[in-house]
Amino acid sequence: MSLSAQYLWVIPALPLVAAAIGALTPRSGRSLVAGAAIVALALSFFISCAALSTALANPAAHLTHNFTWFELGNDTVRLGWLLDPLTAFMCTMVTFVGTLIFIFSLGYMHEDENFKQFFCFLSLFAAAMLGLLVANSLLLLFICWELVGLASYLLIGFWFHKPSAAAAAKKAFITTRIGDLGFLLGLLWLYDSAGSLLLYDNGNGVLEATALGALGSAATVCGLSVASAIGLLLFCGAVGKSGQFPLHVWLPDAMEGPTPVSALIHAATMVAAGVFLMARVYPLLTPDALQVIAIIGAITALLGATIAVAQYDLKRILAFSTVSQLGYMMLAIGVGAPSAAIFHLLTHAFFKALLFLGAGSVIHAAHHEQDIRQLGGLSVKMKLTFATFAIGTMALVGVPLFFSGFWSKEAILHAAHATAGSHFPFYAALVGVVLTAFYNTRLIAETFFGHGRSHAAEHAHENSAVMTTPLVILAFFAIALGFLGTPVYPWLQARLSGETAVHGHSLLDGVGLLVLSSGLVALGIGAGFALYGRTLRLRTKATAPDPLAIAAPRTHAFLGDRLKFDELYAATFGVVNTFLATASDWFDRSVWGGIVHFLALLGEFSGTVNREADEQGLNAGFDATSEKLRASGQAYSRAQTGDAHGYLRFLAVGFVVLALVAILGGGA
Amino acid sequence: MSVRLSAHFSVLTPSDFLRRCAANPSDVFVAAAMNALPFTIYVSFAGALLALAAGTRSHFAARWIALVTALTSFALTLLAASSFVPSPGLQTIIDLPWIAELGIRYHLAADGISLTLLVLTGLAATVGVLFSWNIEHRVGEFFALYLILISGVFGVFLSADAFTMFVFYEIAIVPKYFLIANWGSPATREHAAMKLVLYSFAGSALVLAGLLWANAVAIAHGSVSSFSLNDLAAAATHFSRGEQIGLFALVFTGFAVLAGMFPFHTWAPTGHVAAPTAASMLLAGVVMKLGAYGCLRVAMPLFPVGLAFWQPTIAALAIIGIFYAGFIALVQDDFKFVIGYSSVSHMGFVLLGLAAANSTAVAGAVLQMFSHGVIAGLLFAVVGRMVYERTHTRQLADLRQLPLHRLLPFAALTFVLAGLASMGMPGFSGFPAELTILIGVWKTSPAWAFFAGGGILVAAAFTLRAIQVSFFGSTQLSPVAASASEPTHAGSPLHYEPITLAEKVGTALLLAATVYIGLKPDVLLDWITPALQSPLMQAALKGGSL
Repeated sequence: MSLSAQYLWVIPALPLVAAAIGALTPRSGRSLVAGAAIVALALSFFISCAALSTALANPAAHLTHNFTWFELGNDTVRLGWLLDPLTAFMCTMVTFVGTLIFIFSLGYMHEDENFKQFFCFLSLFAAAMLGLLVANSLLLLFICWELVGLASYLLIGFWFHKPSAAAAAKKAFITTRIGDLGFLLGLLWLYDSAGSLLLYDNGNGVLEATALGALGSAATVCGLSVASAIGLLLFCGAVGKSGQFPLHVWLPDAMEGPTPVSALIHAATMVAAGVFLMARVYPLLTPDALQVIAIIGAITALLGATIAVAQYDLKRILAFSTVSQLGYMMLAIGVGAPSAAIFHLLTHAFFKALLFLGAGSVIHAAHHEQDIRQLGGLSVKMKLTFATFAIGTMALVGVPLFFSGFWSKEAILHAAHATAGSHFPFYAALVGVVLTAFYNTRLIAETFFGHGRSHAAEHAHENSAVMTTPLVILAFFAIALGFLGTPVYPWLQARLSGETAVHGHSLLDGVGLLVLSSGLVALGIGAGFALYGRTLRLRTKATAPDPLAIAAPRTHAFLGDRLKFDELYAATFGVVNTFLATASDWFDRSVWGGIVHFLALLGEFSGTVNREADEQGLNAGFDATSEKLRASGQAYSRAQTGDAHGYLRFLAVGFVVLALVAILGGGA
Repeated sequence: MSVRLSAHFSVLTPSDFLRRCAANPSDVFVAAAMNALPFTIYVSFAGALLALAAGTRSHFAARWIALVTALTSFALTLLAASSFVPSPGLQTIIDLPWIAELGIRYHLAADGISLTLLVLTGLAATVGVLFSWNIEHRVGEFFALYLILISGVFGVFLSADAFTMFVFYEIAIVPKYFLIANWGSPATREHAAMKLVLYSFAGSALVLAGLLWANAVAIAHGSVSSFSLNDLAAAATHFSRGEQIGLFALVFTGFAVLAGMFPFHTWAPTGHVAAPTAASMLLAGVVMKLGAYGCLRVAMPLFPVGLAFWQPTIAALAIIGIFYAGFIALVQDDFKFVIGYSSVSHMGFVLLGLAAANSTAVAGAVLQMFSHGVIAGLLFAVVGRMVYERTHTRQLADLRQLPLHRLLPFAALTFVLAGLASMGMPGFSGFPAELTILIGVWKTSPAWAFFAGGGILVAAAFTLRAIQVSFFGSTQLSPVAASASEPTHAGSPLHYEPITLAEKVGTALLLAATVYIGLKPDVLLDWITPALQSPLMQAALKGGSL
């Protein structure tokens, strides 16, 4: 089955139609809207499979279909669709994971009064996300990028009656928009330099040799080459969307949205869009830009994992782990391994969606309790959820050989180790491995083992099949997907790089790194078990302090406050912003307002003086003309049957007086 | 004088019109459609008189007269648009001597830029009537003034003679005073109306002084007295650099006052807030565009040397305006002030596009004029008509106590969509407009584009705040009941008059316009771009590079 790039728009269009159906259906049409959403996305999945098979037939090709959006004299703004392995893999993943999450939502959101709206927004999101993936124009990509941001805003704030959710939605939107501003400026600069925003256009696209050569030879600005500057501006967009340091602050707050939203948007798909963007424009990125990307990625990987250690909210722990894993992906881009980044993106999408849906299953069962101090002992009560959640965790931690995360993380470590640039990202990634193993062990121990520490945890029970089936399917892929890209047979990386041949090597070649990372995983799990697993029996109450908090109270509190980033931003940007706003407001009312009042007084004063002058002097000269005016005015008023209206007369008189002034003035 | 005036208003008789059409038998329809454009002015004026006459007896009749009048002129603009053949330069429709001694001519013409704004005016006029349907106080006079304003606006956009344009400009300004002073919010209307008129007249005075000076200088340089834009531009090529700089400053500033350019913007928020809904819609929707149009049509092509000199200043003021007004909008307690300042901020983009002075940026600026006209209309419709006239408060602190999204779901949805459009979300007209402006501005100065880009962020911040606080601040259906002595049974103690059909139709028209242009900006750009290729415009735009 093959698919022409010309028809690629169908993939995003199907969910868009579902969203339109959702918007036009009354509130009562719950099953219609949900059904349309699921069917549309499932159909998109099948078309994506066709696209994938087309792309894999010739992985080096970039099939495109371009068209003009609008023209501006010499400027033509063109958009287009693009089909290559990167697009195809991503579409397949998004539609597949998306469909499962939609199905899960049937159960999770069943009692919500805005169920219909939820599916409408989800479909809107899916349409925008898929549009972003099939875009062959950075502008179209940006357009869809903004629309996914909008969908994310709507869905984070879905329960806007909670002030925290409304605030989180706004924070997410504004924070990511800071990054988007960089993206937009990079886009303008690129358009100005390359004259096009099409990625591939038979040799004239910005990612093709001609444009890249021209950019490479362009002048430097402030010590940066133009290409580096553009690359870094585009990266700003990725920093915002993918929760990279220093704009990571919105992502944990985004967990205020319903859990399926966290799974789909804030774990599996949208937040990975930044990584996708960087992989997409990878040919544009200069060594300077890559260096920055690698370091930001490494900092983020470390930061996320560190903060996750001291969080109590089940979803926030997972959110920080997402931040951390996105850091790994970005790091992989930075060290020159975009295919490893996408491999990790794909495996992460499955196991993180699994973890979030697992968390959703727990939260649903425990009556919306998501504080791990209140949970515990769920492994017995929710066996299926526990088993799948454990698989997801092991994939995330990177338990050797059988779990997808192990292989994709190994690919990243391998690339970071082999890079010619700084080795800081490599060491940061290694530390991140230990921390990841540690906080996940804590998460599993606290949630599923020991005593149920609250009424909700004690009375939890397994959810219905509509919710557990997606877990099982995702768990299968959390294991299986890793085998697409093992060092022995890195099929996925080869296809993403446009190669038809797969050059694997024996596991023994990089065995040192394999052993090292496995050892670090063991270390992290061991430490986590020592600190949390062994003390579980003793802690039967939710009020029992966290063992780490006992061991290092101040560090723990600082981590718990997420390294005070929010406070820092509030104290700096927040204060400056408030100051500017208040100052401008004051200035406008008092200073400008004052000047205007003063001028008005001055006007009144001179008006009095002028009137006197008029009466004594000029007026006499006007009298004759005024007579004529009065005559015409009267004729005018007679034309109306009703009362001649004062205002209209005023208008006519004013009109003529002006003409007179002009004649006198012009003649002078 | 009066004889001459009346003669000119009767010159284009229907038979005359038909004769002119017949002169081009090959393309009668096209000619007819273009030649019918001046009737937008006359029809509006006639409608005003009819509404005034009818208003004393029947409010119903006055409303319908106003609606039919506005619809007729809207239809005339659409008719012209449907058959419009874009070409560089103004296509003359009528050109008659008016004040022969001074070379003042009643010269009406149109190009793609004027057509864009004519369509906007027709749309805004129609929708404004729909949102004034509930006016009960001196209905006839209200609609008479309203339609006179519209007729003046049509006249400005059609004028190819600077003096004719100035006269229409004045005709548009005067009714604003009465609309605000008589039908505005009682607390501030007199102050606001006075402030607005003083500002406007100060601006007009500058424009008039500039035009007369230009005319005098042209005569001094040996030209025949004329106010035709073409003649003035030709004469101005002989002006000294100093004269060009001085004249540009006068004329541009004069018009820019009405465009809400910082620091001459303070009339706009107070005026918008005090005005009745339809007047706010027109004020932000089309009257502010008059100023920008004057800058583009008169100041820039006539004095290109002056433009080149003042470019950085205008850009700086535009950028300051974008941020300054945006920041102020962020902390307003009055819902309407938020929108008022947002208008100033958005007009900053228009002025920045003009300052960049290249075809792309200016095309974007014209697109933004259209876009902002539609979006500001929507925002004021929601705030002024749908919300204020039902809740009788515009204080955000009060509104956040009300579960408005439940009480007025249609208003909430409209405001969310208009807000998204206002913050430049793709899919709405603001996005291609701001994008085009930024692409163009980048060509002139990347630094300007960098700064201006930040303004988009501020717009997102104040718009989101307004959306959340106003409509989604509370979900409690009975906030008042909690404090009231007697909790009301069965759902909401608050009940608002449902959104009327007129409001829904008006909203639908504006939303359709912003979405349509958002998806297909080429509809307007295909008119605007050729207009910028005229020699007159190119004289101004070739100075685009700094």
